[in-house]
Amino acid sequence: MTKPDKITLPLSHDMLERLARFQEVELLDVEMDLGEVELNIGQAQGGASQALLSRMAFEFSLIRDSASRMAQLLGGGPVGYMPMQAAAPQALAPLQAAPVPVARVKPTALIPAKATIPKGDYVGSVVEVKLGATKAEGGTRSASYTIGGEKAPAFYNFQAPPPHKPIIALDVFDWPEVRLSKAVKMHFEEVLHDTGEWAKVCVEKFGAEMVNLHLLTIDPLIQNAPPSAAVKKVEEVLQAVDVPISIGGCGDPKKDLEVFTAISDKIEGERLLINSVTLDMDIEKSARLIKEHDNRVIAFTSMDVNKARELNRKLYDFVPKEQIIMDTTTAALGYGLDYAFTVMERSRLAALKGDPELNHPLSSGTTNAWAARESWMKMGPEFSPRELRGPIWETITGQTLLLAGVDYFMMMHPAAVNALKTMIDNLMKGQKPTDPADWVTLKVGG
Amino acid sequence: MPAKELSPIEIYRGLPGTNCKECGEANCMAFAAKLVNREAALDECKPLLDPGKAESYGKLWALLKPAVKAVEVGVGDNKVILGGEYVLYRHEFTYFHQPAIAVDVNDEMGDEEFETRVHVLNDFSYNYIGMKLTLDMLAVRSTSGDPSKFSEAVKKAAELTRKPLMLCTRDPAVMEAGLGAAADRRPLIYAATKDNWREMAELALKHRCPLVASSPMDLDGLKSLALTLDAYGVSDIVLDPGTAPLQYVGANTEAFTVLRWDAIYGEEEGLGYPLLGAAMAAWTAPAEDPVLNEWNEAQLAAALITRFADVIVVHGISGWALLPQVFLRSNLYTDPRKPVSVEAGLKPIGNPTEDSPVLLTTNFALTYYTVASDIEGAKVDSYLLVVDSEGMSVESAVAGRKMTAETVAEAITNSKVSEKVKHRSLIIPGRAARLSGEIQELSGWNVAVGPMDSSGIASYVSEKWKPYPEG
Repeated sequence: MTKPDKITLPLSHDMLERLARFQEVELLDVEMDLGEVELNIGQAQGGASQALLSRMAFEFSLIRDSASRMAQLLGGGPVGYMPMQAAAPQALAPLQAAPVPVARVKPTALIPAKATIPKGDYVGSVVEVKLGATKAEGGTRSASYTIGGEKAPAFYNFQAPPPHKPIIALDVFDWPEVRLSKAVKMHFEEVLHDTGEWAKVCVEKFGAEMVNLHLLTIDPLIQNAPPSAAVKKVEEVLQAVDVPISIGGCGDPKKDLEVFTAISDKIEGERLLINSVTLDMDIEKSARLIKEHDNRVIAFTSMDVNKARELNRKLYDFVPKEQIIMDTTTAALGYGLDYAFTVMERSRLAALKGDPELNHPLSSGTTNAWAARESWMKMGPEFSPRELRGPIWETITGQTLLLAGVDYFMMMHPAAVNALKTMIDNLMKGQKPTDPADWVTLKVGG
Repeated sequence: MPAKELSPIEIYRGLPGTNCKECGEANCMAFAAKLVNREAALDECKPLLDPGKAESYGKLWALLKPAVKAVEVGVGDNKVILGGEYVLYRHEFTYFHQPAIAVDVNDEMGDEEFETRVHVLNDFSYNYIGMKLTLDMLAVRSTSGDPSKFSEAVKKAAELTRKPLMLCTRDPAVMEAGLGAAADRRPLIYAATKDNWREMAELALKHRCPLVASSPMDLDGLKSLALTLDAYGVSDIVLDPGTAPLQYVGANTEAFTVLRWDAIYGEEEGLGYPLLGAAMAAWTAPAEDPVLNEWNEAQLAAALITRFADVIVVHGISGWALLPQVFLRSNLYTDPRKPVSVEAGLKPIGNPTEDSPVLLTTNFALTYYTVASDIEGAKVDSYLLVVDSEGMSVESAVAGRKMTAETVAEAITNSKVSEKVKHRSLIIPGRAARLSGEIQELSGWNVAVGPMDSSGIASYVSEKWKPYPEG
């Protein structure tokens, strides 16, 4: 015979444990009163969802059953605790019938069937962002681009093909000592000391649709170059090439804002892409600057959907959505690409499902692929030559993120740029072969 | 049903409810939670295996079964599982079985090339954060159309590798000859088509082998074929919607996406099977240089891996092309529920003494595992000081001010590393070189800039590192 006080405590403890397993409420925020069978769910958790309430009702009926049994055991008990069956939560599907084996009649002809092409009931879409300005648009560029506008996941052409082609920009650094892999550096050896020429090579020789100028010399830990010098660099690049350009800072939140301000004040009408504004910058000042000069901005966060939301939300107070691109960080194949991929994929799907804080075109610093040692390291003959291993590393890093929804790529190796460009064109076309070539009987190899 | 929509309660209702602990869990509810997360198998509930519980078992099995059937190819330790997936997007739960990569040989290949290819399959191995990345299957194609030649080739293949085989021909007579040479290996039969399905189904049933249903560029035909094969009694089916060369990659990704969507969310049965992608279709396109074919094949394989393929056939065997493919599938099939960061603090590697080096890194999981496995591999007894960089790599953490001289100095103090070693010398990553002066100033430790990549730590420590300044 167990004593009453030893029954009640474990019972409620068990209840708490059960609730804890759902991990949807924090126990701190739950108040329980077995006498009243009442439950308050803290607002910290954003209130209870229908499914949660349903599950909790089920749990409670279990408790109530136990309590009734206990009351009976103890002889009497509070009025109102009638024994009853715990009811299944309403939101959950009933158990299916077990599969029953049936005697088979082998079909003698193909059973006709029609595959369902999924519609996709997306309620949201990605905003369109315009980059660069032609003469007619008040700038000096020979072309401008619109990116974004997707109404379906990347290249779900059977639902809604992307309205605009993703753009590939090449990185240009204003500091010749920038650390580059040999396989990359060899293509820019002659222009490392001339920022304008470097940009020119990217556009004329390697087909860059845009140029990302990275102002590393402004870094207080590198040369601490003054904003006026940065303005000169930007002017130099604008002179050298006629594609739209993006301006990258050095990562120092204060210095970057100073430099972005000087550049914005001096260069008007080009719809520059400012790369980037981060949570540790003065967001109000940065955002006002972007809006005032009708430039565009990359909102950069570190692989975290919630931080991306937070930064966008802060920017919305001062700058229209159509001026914002998101960069949620690109990690190299083998070194976090899975995280980068999933944050982008999740953001894009959330946007399509109507999340109003994530529906921006995505940007990827695909050059980060070269942080993977396998992209540049000397390895055994079975993995050589690295002259191929490197650029395909960058290509596949970019391609994987293209399929997660990236609209703007920042890249480096000419072969990777070329391969990804072709990939984008092929995906945009979505063309079916009229006569699929047969690999099964293909005579290839010895 | 997408896995995440299943609640432990639903499963709990079907369990015995006796809390017998035989499964190793504290109670049936805890076991139900494990089942929902697919961290436990239904058969671990011994009372449920009682014949009297068959109905409950059947119900639970139906609730827990993956949306994409798990199809086994091969036998014993070398078998691979294709499919067995629950979700369309990895963040919704996790993907379970990495797409198998099958290397191509054919029955007209010279012995030398044939053997070289099988050796690449057998021997390909790359160590990646404590895992071995390898290749999985051998696809033997009949290009001759000659049953005896195919039989010979399959026999040779079976002798040269223990890895699972895939036999490729659309001619049932040729297939029969091939199966005769390796049926005990449970090879994947490629393929049943609208023209040969009955003969191929008979072969699959006779030899108890999984069968590919192939209907290039015709999804209605594919569904029809799959339903027919299933009705015929073939239960282990793999779907081949056809793979076109890279210029048609959009058609490929579209077909794969529609099929997987249908398997996960579709209301009709019939397409819940693993998908086969033949990246080697890239070799059917003319190219000036075979390197281009191989490059395109790697890109095509990567696109198919990203878009749900469960088995890939490749012709190219160059490491530079295969390495990114095995990396990509490993990455995408990593459980996304795993945290991005590891715990910060001081980690002893090997058996460090008070004279051992102290190395600095960040708490990004991949950075940490890469560095730790390099140091372990090189047998450098040392202390690894892991700074909380909010899960960012060294380069990003330095650029994003998540690892600064302040945070490093703080980590030195908090870790009490000065009680573990006598010296005051810290090796920082080459990628954090710009912080060296500041760290030295703030922490009072002597800072040495180590290699750019952790693969260089061993030689750095043996050649350059000195715990105590000279003189």
